[in-house]
Amino acid sequence: MTETLLSIQGLTKAYPGVVANDDVSFDIGVGEVHALLGENGAGKSTLVKMIYGLVKPDSGTMSLRGAGFAPPEPRSARADGIAMVFQHFSLFDALNVAENIALGMENPPPMRDLARRIREVSETYGLPLDPFRVVGDLSAGERQRVEIIRCLLQDPKLLIMDEPTSVLTPQEVDILFQTLRKLSSEGTAILYISHKLEEIRSLCDTATILRLGRVVGTCVPRETTARDMAEMMVGTALKTPEPRNHALGEVALDITGLSVNSPSAFGTSLKNIHLTLQEGEVLGIGGVAGNGQDELLAALSGELRTASDAIKLHGQPVGHLGPNPRRKLGLLAAPEERLGHAAAPDMSLTENALLTGSVRKRLERSGFLKWADTRAFAEKIIAAFDVRTPGPANAARSLSGGNLQKFVIGREVLQDPSVLVVNQPTWGVDASAAAAIRQAILDLAAQGAAVLVISQDLDELMEISGRFAALNEGRLSDIRPTADLSVDQIGLMMGGAHGMEVAHV
Amino acid sequence: MIRLEKRPQPSRFWSAATPVVAVLATMVAGGILFASLGKDPVAAILTIFWEPLFGEFSFFYRPQLLIKGAPLILIAIGLSLGFRAGIWNIGAEGQYIMGAVVGAGVGLAFYPLEAWYIFPLMILAGALGGWAWAMIPALLKVRFGTNEILVSLMLVYVAEQILASAALGLLRNPEGFGFPGSRNLQQYASAHNAEIIAGSGLHWGVLTAFIAVIFAYVLLNRHMLGYHIRLTGEAPRAARFAGVNPARLILFCLGMSGALAGLAGLFEVAGPAGQVTIDFNVGYGFTAIIVAFLGRLHPLGILLAGFLMALTYIGGEIAQSQLGLPAAAIQVFQGMLLFFLLALDLLTNYRIRRTGREAA
Repeated sequence: MTETLLSIQGLTKAYPGVVANDDVSFDIGVGEVHALLGENGAGKSTLVKMIYGLVKPDSGTMSLRGAGFAPPEPRSARADGIAMVFQHFSLFDALNVAENIALGMENPPPMRDLARRIREVSETYGLPLDPFRVVGDLSAGERQRVEIIRCLLQDPKLLIMDEPTSVLTPQEVDILFQTLRKLSSEGTAILYISHKLEEIRSLCDTATILRLGRVVGTCVPRETTARDMAEMMVGTALKTPEPRNHALGEVALDITGLSVNSPSAFGTSLKNIHLTLQEGEVLGIGGVAGNGQDELLAALSGELRTASDAIKLHGQPVGHLGPNPRRKLGLLAAPEERLGHAAAPDMSLTENALLTGSVRKRLERSGFLKWADTRAFAEKIIAAFDVRTPGPANAARSLSGGNLQKFVIGREVLQDPSVLVVNQPTWGVDASAAAAIRQAILDLAAQGAAVLVISQDLDELMEISGRFAALNEGRLSDIRPTADLSVDQIGLMMGGAHGMEVAHV
Repeated sequence: MIRLEKRPQPSRFWSAATPVVAVLATMVAGGILFASLGKDPVAAILTIFWEPLFGEFSFFYRPQLLIKGAPLILIAIGLSLGFRAGIWNIGAEGQYIMGAVVGAGVGLAFYPLEAWYIFPLMILAGALGGWAWAMIPALLKVRFGTNEILVSLMLVYVAEQILASAALGLLRNPEGFGFPGSRNLQQYASAHNAEIIAGSGLHWGVLTAFIAVIFAYVLLNRHMLGYHIRLTGEAPRAARFAGVNPARLILFCLGMSGALAGLAGLFEVAGPAGQVTIDFNVGYGFTAIIVAFLGRLHPLGILLAGFLMALTYIGGEIAQSQLGLPAAAIQVFQGMLLFFLLALDLLTNYRIRRTGREAA
């Protein structure tokens, strides 16, 4: 592990208005598992894109095994033995595993040979996968295996993994780590990008920490506490949200026997969901992406109609009502997808404030819009939630993810909901915005509202919710208090390894 | 290398400037085209843009501008509502025909009675005829998810057959010596869409077009329904989240554009055209699609675009007769206008950047 595989010297890349990487230098040894740690926007993605040949550095040099390395495009980076598993999978749902892999190859071998090689690689590395299964039927963990095997077929010297565990259950993470350790022991170096500190502590040999495009520290994760790494990453001492102890009130939301068919072909239908939510409570719903989270939000927001008494709000059946009648009764929602679902990208913040605020904030009079009141509402959200924008006339798409998310959450919170449903409230949001959003959720609950938080971030759910349940293939697990849950139990509630065979390495 | 870079938000400057720049670019490119045909480019451009407005015979051409522009504007306003919401009514030509046939039919049914209520009834019937014809693709889309583009377009050809049948049969002038075509409504005072000010070209359809512009402007900028239309076009998923009922929106947008197209047909048949004939329709319903986009789906833009399009038609005809320019050259010229507009439209949302060698 002493030989240097890839050496990076003084890489700098600037975009208009922002320096994404500023004089970044570090080395990766042969067979080393190297963590790249940093917040959203710290420059991790730009850095790996430069290594993978997607982006060209403004200055600085890279060398691979001592020879100069400047890939003009991903193809040549792959030819030099660099492979990358992206955070978002690029797979076609309607094709099978082997076809998907063949699509990414320069000269795909005949399908039968390819299937055989897929089987070989998958067995060698403990990633069982049937080459002829249709990708649309695979779980997120299995899809990731497809991506990993696609990389391994190239026999890479350096494997770059971008936030690989965000879609996995704890058990699936274990399987992945066994595979990565085996690869590392065979001499494949791994550049592992994450912001999950405990994972990095258990997997990685060294860590390089980036903040605002600069290297702010390196450490040996096994010998450093998670808190120290987090503070290096953020640059200041972190303020953790304070849960407040307060008495719970009456049942605000009562879901009994909720079953809904998913509107999309590869979606997940909800099957017989039961839960009750009390005033002042935060209930966390975990689960791997694609297990019915979007459908649950749609069924609660009113985008999907259900049997009328499947959902009761303060005892009143609302399942048959559309979004606006539900808003009138105090049931508000904030979907996961900020651009295009929670907000219209090309519309101004004022117009976006109207999107859900028209009913409760009385922004229309017999159909005619009250633009002055709407602008005032947008300005109130911007001020109360510290949304960084020149003003409410700016388009939603001009805001950063964190700022737009604060706007979206703020828009619902300021409407004084009696029940608020949020899906992935802090996905892709920087740490300070995430802390602010979590605090807002806790404050809302403290004022007596009931909050349902759907999230794939288990740490987040453990931090803010009083009780926890998991969605697994459209079914909801038992609901348990978070205080006495172990990671293993949570993993099992999420469906364990999702029917994936455990690796035999 | 030149690279396009998405602007953080749409440029207000280019949004306003593109139509002007597009017209100028069309003049330059059209001038080159005319020059290559051996005509004096300056004279040709002047003939097209100057002659109808300020030339020797402008007293004749200016009213024509209103008469040709009004139906284009009226139809385009209706279409723009649907286009804003991503609902593509391509069959305005058919709705225009049906409005004319139904409206004229109601008028002719009263012949020879003279009464004040006949013309208002015809207006209602015209709107209803267009509306009903547009309801066919609308209901099919809502019920069975059919593609409104195909259905509305195909219904144009059905409407043309109905028009031919009406001109030859049901509505044929009994005193017309067997010639196809209905009675001339211009000679039936109660049914005549007469000019409000004689010789100005300002008939009731022109007035209705202006009202439609104001109506659409208020709807889109001040009313919840207009907001929902825009929201559906920009982010359909966000629109459903906001509580928009897609089926109702489809019915409204198609119905409204059908009714306005039907009105345009009625005003045309009762006024400038005068009678229901086999070749009554001259493509206003299709040209209005261009007008709607030329006016960037904005009511005031459509008002200007409608008159600009009418101007190139009238000017084009003058250029054909005075300078001997081929009709095809005029059509190319009109096509260029749309081409430049759509091409320059890109600058509203993107900026052009020069880059070095790096072009991924």
